[in-house]
Amino acid sequence: MSTVNENTVLEIENLKVDFETNTGTVNAVKGINIHVDKGETVAIVGESGSGKSQTMMAAMGLLASNGRTSGSVKYEGNNILGLSSRKLNKIRGAKITMIFQEPMTSLDPLYTIERQLCEPMVEHGEYTWASARKRAVELLELVGIPEPARKVKAYPYEMSGGQRQRVMIAMALANDPDILIADEPTTALDVTTQAQILDLMADLQKRLGMAVVFITHDLGIVERISDRVYVMRRGEVVEEGNTKEIFGNPQHEYTRMLLDAEPTGRKDLVPDTKPLVLDATDVRVEFETENGFLMPKHVLRAVNDISLKVREGQTLGIVGESGSGKSTLGRAVLQLLPSKGRVVYMGKDISGATRRAMRPLRKEMQLIFQDPFGSLSPRLTVGQIITEGLLVHEPHLSAAERDRYACQALEEVSMDPSMRNRYPHEFSGGQRQRIAIARTMVLKPKLVVLDEPTSALDRTIQKQVVELLRKFQDEHNLTYLFISHDLAVVRAMSDTVMVMKKGVVVEQGSAAEIFSNPQEAYTKELVEAAVLKHDEPVVA
Amino acid sequence: MSVTSTNNKETPELGRSLWDDAKDRLKANRAAVTSIVVLIFITILSIIGPMLAPHEYDAVYRDYVKVPASLEAYPRQDQIEPAFMSVAKRARLNVESYQVVDGKVEAEVTSRREIDERNTRRFDRSDIFENTQIINYSEDRKSATVTADVQYMHFYFGTDANGRDMLTRTLIAGRVSLTIGLLATLVAISIGVIYGTVSGYFGGKVDLIMMRVVDILYSLPFIFFVIMLVVFFGRNFVLMFIAVGAVEWLDMARIVRGQTLSIKRQEYVQAAEAMGVESGGILKRHIIPNTLGPVVVYMTLLVPKVILLESFLSFLGLGVQEPMTSWGVLISEGARNLQGAPWMLIFPSLFLTSTLFALNFIGDGLRDALDPKDR
Amino acid sequence: MLRYVLGRLLSAIPTLFLIITISFFLMRIAPGGPFDLERPLEAKVMENLNKIYNLDKSLWEQYLIYLKSVLSGDFGPSFFFRDFSINELFAQSLPISMQLGLGALTLALVIGGFFGVIAALRQNKGVDYSVMTAATFGVTIPNFVVAPCLTLVLGVYWGWLPVGGWGGGAFVNKILPVVTLALPQIAIVARLTRGSMIEALRSNHVRTARAYGLSGYTIVVVHALRGAILPVVTYLGPAAAALLTGSVVIETIFGIPGIGRYFVQGALNRDYTLVMGTVVVVACFVILFNLIVDLLYAVLDPRVRFD
Repeated sequence: MSTVNENTVLEIENLKVDFETNTGTVNAVKGINIHVDKGETVAIVGESGSGKSQTMMAAMGLLASNGRTSGSVKYEGNNILGLSSRKLNKIRGAKITMIFQEPMTSLDPLYTIERQLCEPMVEHGEYTWASARKRAVELLELVGIPEPARKVKAYPYEMSGGQRQRVMIAMALANDPDILIADEPTTALDVTTQAQILDLMADLQKRLGMAVVFITHDLGIVERISDRVYVMRRGEVVEEGNTKEIFGNPQHEYTRMLLDAEPTGRKDLVPDTKPLVLDATDVRVEFETENGFLMPKHVLRAVNDISLKVREGQTLGIVGESGSGKSTLGRAVLQLLPSKGRVVYMGKDISGATRRAMRPLRKEMQLIFQDPFGSLSPRLTVGQIITEGLLVHEPHLSAAERDRYACQALEEVSMDPSMRNRYPHEFSGGQRQRIAIARTMVLKPKLVVLDEPTSALDRTIQKQVVELLRKFQDEHNLTYLFISHDLAVVRAMSDTVMVMKKGVVVEQGSAAEIFSNPQEAYTKELVEAAVLKHDEPVVA
Repeated sequence: MSVTSTNNKETPELGRSLWDDAKDRLKANRAAVTSIVVLIFITILSIIGPMLAPHEYDAVYRDYVKVPASLEAYPRQDQIEPAFMSVAKRARLNVESYQVVDGKVEAEVTSRREIDERNTRRFDRSDIFENTQIINYSEDRKSATVTADVQYMHFYFGTDANGRDMLTRTLIAGRVSLTIGLLATLVAISIGVIYGTVSGYFGGKVDLIMMRVVDILYSLPFIFFVIMLVVFFGRNFVLMFIAVGAVEWLDMARIVRGQTLSIKRQEYVQAAEAMGVESGGILKRHIIPNTLGPVVVYMTLLVPKVILLESFLSFLGLGVQEPMTSWGVLISEGARNLQGAPWMLIFPSLFLTSTLFALNFIGDGLRDALDPKDR
Repeated sequence: MLRYVLGRLLSAIPTLFLIITISFFLMRIAPGGPFDLERPLEAKVMENLNKIYNLDKSLWEQYLIYLKSVLSGDFGPSFFFRDFSINELFAQSLPISMQLGLGALTLALVIGGFFGVIAALRQNKGVDYSVMTAATFGVTIPNFVVAPCLTLVLGVYWGWLPVGGWGGGAFVNKILPVVTLALPQIAIVARLTRGSMIEALRSNHVRTARAYGLSGYTIVVVHALRGAILPVVTYLGPAAAALLTGSVVIETIFGIPGIGRYFVQGALNRDYTLVMGTVVVVACFVILFNLIVDLLYAVLDPRVRFD
């Protein structure tokens, strides 16, 4: 474990961050010590709410107006915590720079890339506008943006998320900083883009030699790029040390739990003798985009002639990045979107069925969503939410009976039934996802489309939800369509996997084959980018 | 399904709905709470005030034209004698002696002719005297004693140019203004909510056409439109709020449509659809409860707008007709008499402004309470 | 860009046509006519008048005649101001109303914008509360209350400013009407600016600007204000159209011969052509300003682009 020494550029001592809110004071950071040496990469790891971001926001003087700090943050020996913004501005943007989690909104939409790149250069006195402009093009080239001379005149909205994050990195490097703070810089990006950005950052650090503070929740990234790690939980540093040591021999129970959080276990294969639950052929979904009044319509083909077969008790994993059409496919087979092609459910052709015709089948075919905050109606109680489907499919039930069903469903997802009169906003993300599962399972479905059910959750919670879904599958012989961009979870859940890109299937096969021996370049790229643990360690 | 749970017999914990949270936030907002109290006070005053007030809103007191607001009773001591003398003169009576005792006038009068009993009416007809009696006739009935009670009256807000009590008129005007505000708002909200929900929920071509209509109506010059309606179709109380309501629904329709569109895209609506819930159930359980917040906020902000619009029409002489009145009518009269009788402007303006103020604060408070992200 | 403008102007034609049609028939189905005076005119005179003004023709014919004359830019003769054509009346009154409106608009934007920004920068502090309370006063006190009070104090008691009248457009005559007209607009602009400014100051790209040590001026003016002004622009479009086409109340109170006052007189006297003319002119202004707002938007926000 390294200690503070003459190489230390940033030293955080006993830092506390409190927020004054209407409901009282929230202690976000409870007196932590962190130091960063010249040229090293330090990762700060923790789940949401651990205070990892607020620590660095406090150091940079970027806290919300209700934030209070104490302790000290020393840059080259001088305390910069709580400095006036005039004094702080000599350091931030020049000596310490930062990139943020949200590449889509971190750049001002109203100005060109050039203008935004040049501003800090000119502000910190090293450049004139003319020389800054020249440097801006060089920087874009450095961060791997094609055609930098042309792109520098572009507006942020004309770039993809990955490109915007590259621009942010260029901005961060402009004044040759000593420290670069990266706050979850890849979380909002697709896995392949994520990998490219990480490679870029590692490469740039090697060439330019600044220290990097990497804030993340993703242990895969930590292992890949950092020299030292701080593990944070509820505003405290629970463990710190050399990356290799921490990963090889975690001391704190919480660190061990985090390291174990990747879902383990594999699905037992389902024999081919089981009946087909879903058999879809050449499913195609097209969206028309309005180009304005009386303009020709543009047709976007989101799902392009995809066929799939799923047997009872099987899980088909559908993998792809955002925009690959995987969610659209899931909704199309449930006949929630108008689509072309043939869909047969339990031997019955349901393609193009009307809402009325579909209604009795809805009980058996269910959908679970990604966002546990958006999928529960905010003005209904949990009990009402869970039993809404019963109103449609079991109209003969009395209110008391429905209430009993709600209690039972909550117990099945390991929640206290006495909470059934509460409202969704009173629960955490993981609990909400359990409620959403309860709502589905109370109807005793046969086929469930799971649309990124774990993506919005912390790793440790993810694991619990995966276990819960497995339990239901085993107990009720359910068939799952598991849609996700998270390969670790897909690997743990699926019999067969289908890889999608831009509306077409790139590769499909059994889960074991796809992950151990991908054939297509795109699949290889995905699997590599996901930094999965090696399959099944060879006996403990 | 066998039900094993035993917990359901126990009383489940009660949750706090978003409405409960909003109520608490509203209660914590002192400006909003004060405004609610003020508004309730003004409303109650307007409803029962005119019944309790000592004057009718259309009662004309010719002797008290434009008297200033005062806590003291009228007539003033020095008004009584000239008033008595002038009535006596008109009755051709010579006043020989005159005294006021305990609010009672006693005067000995003479006349060249016989004094008629009916002369009492002349005194009673004046607003200052009542119970006039002629007693102690002399032999030739040419002299007698006139006794009359002085009729004391209070005009706390003064009187207007016709000698009507401003207090009663301000309160009755409040009734009219608040009623118009409320009714027109209800008209506007109903049209707007139905139109917006239909347009937003069905979407597609229906939405396109319906919103095109709204766009066209938006470029109609509204003030002019209302004036046209009112001028050409008569100044009728009912028509007035229909006109105002018919004009103000556009914003509501847009807000509700936007809200419906965004709620329709929410996953909880998709979840309901995936469970096979019918349109009616989705509208009832998901869409309407979630659009309610902005509608309530908009409503509280629309009421003052409508009251103002009515006042504005009345100010131009296009509003409520005499002797009925509204705050706008009173203010316009007040503005005309500002130099000589400022109380005619001050009191109605005070009531109107406090009402508008209160409604605005309540609206802002509700918005903060229902959508607390702005804190 | 030019194609877009042309397209927008073309699509305004059906709108205008609809507005003319609606107003025309609404007005005509109403009881009463322009020559229904308290003392009825002789039958012969009435007949002549009706002939001159085409009132003896069928409603459809009148409608077509009116459409034709509007197309050629002629709003016809006034029924009430018998010696004037509507075009002459507008030539006189519109510039007056526009001067007042432009003055009020400028005041609203400059003063309202300034106080809105100040309040946002001092959110939930004393300055913020005072600005917002003042703004609430500005929004709630109707201008027909403000106008007489200002006149009484500044005009009558202190005698600094003329009580009313246009005075041939003298500067002192404009002060009171412009200020009265501007007050509620200042208040609304201040509230709008404050709201959108607070949101802009909390946005991620402003956080980026702060993280890169940019100066306060750059953060507030360059990065926050430009985005924050967009909702204000949206509001000011229709507001500008309404202001420039005359405020009925202000013109009535101050006795200013603007277009708003003519409209009320026209409406009260069933001056069909005057009312129609005003409606058309105001609708044109609304359409024009909506277009200007959209173009301004495109200038301010590169994401909105027209080809």
